[in-house]
Amino acid sequence: MNSSAVISSEICYHCGEDCAEDTIHFNEKPFCCTGCKTAFQILDESGLCTYYDLDENPGINLKNTKHRARFDYLEDDEVIDRISDFRNANKLSITLNIPNIHCTSCVWLLENLQKLDGGVLQSGVNFLKKELSVLIDTDKTTLRNVVEQLVTIGYEPEIRLEKLDSKTEKSHQNRSLWLKMAVAGFAFGNIMLFSFPDYLDTTGSGLGGNFHIFFGALNIILAVPVLVYSSSDYLKSAYAALSQRGVNLDVPISIGIVALFSRSVYEIVTMTGTGYMDSFTGLIFFLLIGKLVQQKTFNRLSFNRDYRSYLPIAVNVLNNNGEEYSVSLDKIRPNQQMRLRNQELVPCDSTLISDEAFMDYSFITGESEPVTVQKGERIFAGGRLIGSSALLQTEEKVTNSYLTKLWNHEAFQNNEKELKLTTFADKISPYFTVAVLGIAFFSGFYWLQTTGMDSALSVFTAVLIIACPCALALSTPFTLGSALNVLSLNGLFIKNHLLIENLSKATSIVFDKTGTLTKSDSAEVEFIGDELSPQEEIWVKSACKNSIHPLSRKISLYLKDVIARDSVNGVNKPRACAVQESVGSNLPSMETESIQGDRFVENRPQSISTTVAPRDDRAIINSFEELPGKGLSAKINGDLICIGSTSFLADQSGINMEHIPESNFNGSTVHLSINGIYKGFFGIRAGVRNGILDLLQSIKDTFSTYLLSGDNEAQKSEFNTYFGSDGSLLFNQKPEEKLEFINRLQEKGERVIMVGDGLNDAGALKKSDFGIALADDVSSFAPACDAILESNSLKNLKNFIKFSQQSMNIIIASFVISLLYNTIGLGFAITGHLSPLVAAILMPLSSVSVMVFTFLTTRYYARKQGLTIWK
Amino acid sequence: MEVIYMLIGFSLLVALIFLGLFFWAVKSGQFDDQYTPSMRVLFDNKKSSTKESNHNQKNRDE
Repeated sequence: MNSSAVISSEICYHCGEDCAEDTIHFNEKPFCCTGCKTAFQILDESGLCTYYDLDENPGINLKNTKHRARFDYLEDDEVIDRISDFRNANKLSITLNIPNIHCTSCVWLLENLQKLDGGVLQSGVNFLKKELSVLIDTDKTTLRNVVEQLVTIGYEPEIRLEKLDSKTEKSHQNRSLWLKMAVAGFAFGNIMLFSFPDYLDTTGSGLGGNFHIFFGALNIILAVPVLVYSSSDYLKSAYAALSQRGVNLDVPISIGIVALFSRSVYEIVTMTGTGYMDSFTGLIFFLLIGKLVQQKTFNRLSFNRDYRSYLPIAVNVLNNNGEEYSVSLDKIRPNQQMRLRNQELVPCDSTLISDEAFMDYSFITGESEPVTVQKGERIFAGGRLIGSSALLQTEEKVTNSYLTKLWNHEAFQNNEKELKLTTFADKISPYFTVAVLGIAFFSGFYWLQTTGMDSALSVFTAVLIIACPCALALSTPFTLGSALNVLSLNGLFIKNHLLIENLSKATSIVFDKTGTLTKSDSAEVEFIGDELSPQEEIWVKSACKNSIHPLSRKISLYLKDVIARDSVNGVNKPRACAVQESVGSNLPSMETESIQGDRFVENRPQSISTTVAPRDDRAIINSFEELPGKGLSAKINGDLICIGSTSFLADQSGINMEHIPESNFNGSTVHLSINGIYKGFFGIRAGVRNGILDLLQSIKDTFSTYLLSGDNEAQKSEFNTYFGSDGSLLFNQKPEEKLEFINRLQEKGERVIMVGDGLNDAGALKKSDFGIALADDVSSFAPACDAILESNSLKNLKNFIKFSQQSMNIIIASFVISLLYNTIGLGFAITGHLSPLVAAILMPLSSVSVMVFTFLTTRYYARKQGLTIWK
Repeated sequence: MEVIYMLIGFSLLVALIFLGLFFWAVKSGQFDDQYTPSMRVLFDNKKSSTKESNHNQKNRDE
């Protein structure tokens, strides 16, 4: 049997997906769906086919976008005003967030948007932020047209509610840092050149007096902007700390800066020396480089999201005539009707008007199974609709909804953590400052006794200069900056480099279950009971396929895999056998031609059914009945199939309840009977993520681990062995209870890492010492947290913690190195030998060696932990 | 040796021009996004000239 034939289907020219079902050919190119074909057609007509040359199959798969979001609200003037960056009579500039941007082709296409829509004047992409900035001519086109055009070619912008409320402030703080650094670098380079003759000239006779004055004056002129502009941050921060009667690391730095500058000016003006202007500007230059390294943040990630970035910006509302139009969320009033579709979020508390709907609350409450809601029942904001579309009646405004209230709960607004962050350097800086001042006064006093005021003053300032903790100030940002880099290469994105310390000190780790340890979309399904014949599998699959209940969907997907696996492996059970096995089957085999096009006819992909030995996967369903929340029964060619709860089976097929064996399965069970005979049940539970059990096993001894779940206890026994004794597995936890639990741990003196993914963990994430939000796609929504972790990197958590501990050790080691330099320098200073040349060599040398040391050691330890250190 | 005064004056002037250019570059947003321009290099000139992209870049920040 040739199994390769199964795989060798065509690949969509647009998106690169296998064209499994019905391939559409256009221009002799295969497409997997009409969406992809349309996108190609549009690009082809506009002469934009370079798109396909830059990257292979760059397009975005359009198969799953059945319902186009509606953008009526983009014609509302007020909405446009609130989401645009700039607007006048006929020009409109807006920045759109497009999660689908992923390759060179995307950038190219989006920057050539004016070829698709003449009204677009300019478009530019920021790839890392996944942002598109467009300037459009509102006389020629509308914002809505542009957005709809983007949707057609697969780049649907994500317009969230938060965009309404905040004019996106373009953050330009990095720009001023660049400028400050440029000024310092400029002055540093030039002053070095002017000072160079002095270094070579040991006798002081070579140049002549006038040049001396000239260079001295130039040095002062160049150094003034460095003091006033470039070093302003340090001086301000030191002043702020002192006025609050505290001492941070900027205090000794500022003392050094001021001492350097004033001593140099004094020497130049009195013509007693050449001054230390080169050391001064060099110091500021290196410090600013350090600052730039530590300011490197992750643009595309946002850590401080709230519920507003979770909700969409608009929802489809019905007017009195039953017509749908989209309205922005803040205009939703109670008692309006809105229609939601599969996978859409409920924006505000509402009641259901349709008969039945399935709501997935996993993000809000942690429940893994979708909830069935009946007509007239209340639906809470934040739930996600699953299955067919539903009509809802709004009850509250968005701002009064459960989700919003939960979010605004004061316990969730804990911002203390940020303020408490201090570096090791800040902690030792009071002692450091006192020590430096002590040494300076002491040696100054000594020289005052022996030689006099002049040399006493010069030694005093020399000590302050050389003790300026430049290398000390650099060691923390460089070590943590490079640790941050390494961690981000491995999928852990930390908000702030200072938080690494919290990570390294953790003593206990708390996990959420749903979505964190388990993966809700990959359910593990197994069938327990009598083995099903292939024919029965097909029947059951076909029956389940007609149901919209989420559990039936999972069963049908599972059976589809089983059937496909069997046919690929050639485990093609003989048909004769299949007939024998199927209970009470007095039918001819199912190979009879079924009516194509019938709603109940299931088609296997053409490529499989033709290449693999004949095996019919189609089943004609004669009658189908589903009792909401109970089960379904289907008649297939006279065979009665009942799937559902035990009581449903007892009702429908007359099985005695006692004949159904007790099951102690951890998870949801769906029972099956065929023709009144009980066959067994499908056990369904959320699948555990890869490598998680190993992780839990390996950290169990070093940390105290806990499980906090909003879900029921179904999976308790599965995780029992991986966590400590009683009380470390808690179920049915409300968001507030989770937060309280973290609080209790902290009161016991534990340093807590919380790993969670949903809004129900948001409070706990904020409260914990280090809150990690798990996300399948890091740029998608995650609750407010300290770090975002790619879900497939969770298994490396132990290595991350270990690496963070080593990083803290590296900081201490580099402190020792920089203190060593300081001691050597102090030796020169106290003995009165600190010449400008010595200072000019020693200060950059200490900075550079600390930078190199931290860079190399962090990478060495990262490699030892098995982390990626290079892209 | 007096020519040194003039030479140093000129060299400072040149250096200041470059500093000014750097200021202009930073203020026009060239240091805001340091990744995307590296992708634009790959584009064909016939369809989207680099000039155009720079223009976009500049305008975005205004």
